[in-house]
Amino acid sequence: MSAQALSASPDVAIEMRDVHKWYGRFHVLKGVDLDVARGERIVVCGPSGSGKSTLIRCVNRLETHQRGRILVNGLELTDDQKRIEAIRRDTGMVFQHFNLFPHLTVLENCTLSPIWTLRLPQKEAEARAMYFLERVRIPEQAHKYPLQLSGGQQQRVAIARALCMAPKVMLFDEPTSALDPEMVKEVLDTMVSLAKEGMTMICVTHEMGFAREVADRVAFIDRGEILEVDKPEAFFLRPQHERTKLFLSQILR
Amino acid sequence: MSEPHAAALSARNAEPARPPHVFVRAGGAPDLPPPGLVGGPLAWAQANLFGSALSAALTLASLAFLAWALPDLVRWLLLDAVWSAPDGEACRRPGAGACWAYIGAKLEFFAYGSYPREMTWRVDLTLALGAALAVWLLWPGARRKGLGLALFFGAYPLLALYLLHGLGDYARALLGGIAALTGSATLRDVARNALPLVPTNLWGGIFVSLLVATVGIVVSLPLGVLLALGRRSKAPVARFLCVMLIEIVRGVPLITVLFMANTMLPLFVPAEWSPDRLMRPLIGVALFASVYMAEVVRGGLQAVPKGQYEGAMALGLSWTNMMRLIVLPQALTIVIPGVVNSFIALFKDTTLVAIVGIFDFLRAVDTQRLDPAWAGPTISATGYVFAAAFYFVFCFGMSRYSLMMERRLARGRRH
Repeated sequence: MSAQALSASPDVAIEMRDVHKWYGRFHVLKGVDLDVARGERIVVCGPSGSGKSTLIRCVNRLETHQRGRILVNGLELTDDQKRIEAIRRDTGMVFQHFNLFPHLTVLENCTLSPIWTLRLPQKEAEARAMYFLERVRIPEQAHKYPLQLSGGQQQRVAIARALCMAPKVMLFDEPTSALDPEMVKEVLDTMVSLAKEGMTMICVTHEMGFAREVADRVAFIDRGEILEVDKPEAFFLRPQHERTKLFLSQILR
Repeated sequence: MSEPHAAALSARNAEPARPPHVFVRAGGAPDLPPPGLVGGPLAWAQANLFGSALSAALTLASLAFLAWALPDLVRWLLLDAVWSAPDGEACRRPGAGACWAYIGAKLEFFAYGSYPREMTWRVDLTLALGAALAVWLLWPGARRKGLGLALFFGAYPLLALYLLHGLGDYARALLGGIAALTGSATLRDVARNALPLVPTNLWGGIFVSLLVATVGIVVSLPLGVLLALGRRSKAPVARFLCVMLIEIVRGVPLITVLFMANTMLPLFVPAEWSPDRLMRPLIGVALFASVYMAEVVRGGLQAVPKGQYEGAMALGLSWTNMMRLIVLPQALTIVIPGVVNSFIALFKDTTLVAIVGIFDFLRAVDTQRLDPAWAGPTISATGYVFAAAFYFVFCFGMSRYSLMMERRLARGRRH
């Protein structure tokens, strides 16, 4: 497939070039350019309604961009459904509201897609699921249903479920925003340990402590455009753009 | 600053006379039993039957109604009923109740219509096989349901068709021809010894009612799911066709659909391919039930949160797998009450096929009450009570089964 070979370098996991998106007449993304290197951790922050969720949802085609190009692991996102599914298999996503399947047990949640899309034998899929459930430290909940778990546990299951597909990239869409305060830490700890193992990650989050600890770069997005991308220490200490300063002054008290 | 203000300030700064604002509980609060746990039938009656003046009045009125109606009903149905008699003589005696002897004498006819008596084992076998498969599929926790489904939807309809209908002269000649061409002895034996044809105009009674209902139920669930998916599809042509079919069939009374199936289907196909006279209403009933089912299922599909679709898509599941594994199981669980409601309505609507000349159970009951050997004042009532009881038993059974499944499916999946 010649269309795949557009990526500049194998070290680039995600390439976004002049990405535009409209909801009806509303211009949500106004020409976003962003490169994510393999193994890089990027935190995307910005005010609500700025388009940060839309941005990462474009990466796995939960939203369709209308102009520009997005390459994920060297594959360009097109309307080709097979290619979209291939990109999604390599791109794990963790949602604000977990989106676990309530009619399946925790274990079944984790083995479902490996069995049906990766065609793993059931035993192997279960072994893999148990490995990742241990990684997120809830193997003992494997046979419960998601709604019997706490929010923090559910989100850790969601992380394990995404990891079971052995993704090359993980997308986190405000993973701690729907959690009770005392459960935020357990989820962040899981994400930190994942980051330290070299997983390529894009995290939309308001957890600035997390950004400081693990991010290679922090991107600030407002009104559909990326205003500033910088290393975390520079980003937090010497923000350049006026709106970045205003935003940081509002969330860091 | 003036004097009063200064005084107020100093008053505020002075140590206020508040209760101590530091509190540390020593020991835990004990678990107490909830109040009002006094049991017993008297307490229950007081709470539920005579809780208020209105409640008490309704309770008394209900009791009075039962006292007025029940004794006569019991007397007519049981005490004064005629349980066995060779003909209608005993039932014509003044004061006689329900004539159950008449039901007993006519039971074969009610069950099989005019199906040749020496061949009713074919009907019995078909029904028994169907019941066994149904129990296999409906029994919670039964094993190998995939095989059961394949048998029920694949092999069973063909087997049932063969058992009930047998092979006609054409089919027999065709088989014989193939046997002659291929020289296959087994095929020739099959053609020679196949079950003889029983034309559908001899079919009737309970088994026809069950046949119409089963075909309706078995076709309407999968077809309804397909129509519902089509109606929500992004492909405009598929969506348009599904919406048209649903709205047209749903916007027409079942009787009209049956008349149309009866008179219009033969117009569109050559005479020799014209569907059998029983097949036409079967198609009509199945289609009618399917469009209602489609709307019930659509409600369930819309009740599944968007996040479930997104969670499935983000895992790289194909559309088919997403629907089959994630969306439909949840959607169908939500709509169990609606689905069973449709099945119950369908089961009773099967009585309408009588209008296009199908001899269903209710029609069998209706014609036999005119039999001069049994004619009498209680015969009609007895027949209709029997028919009502038959329909009630099936519908109530479906209702109870669905309640049990709802509870089973809800278990473990909620907090």
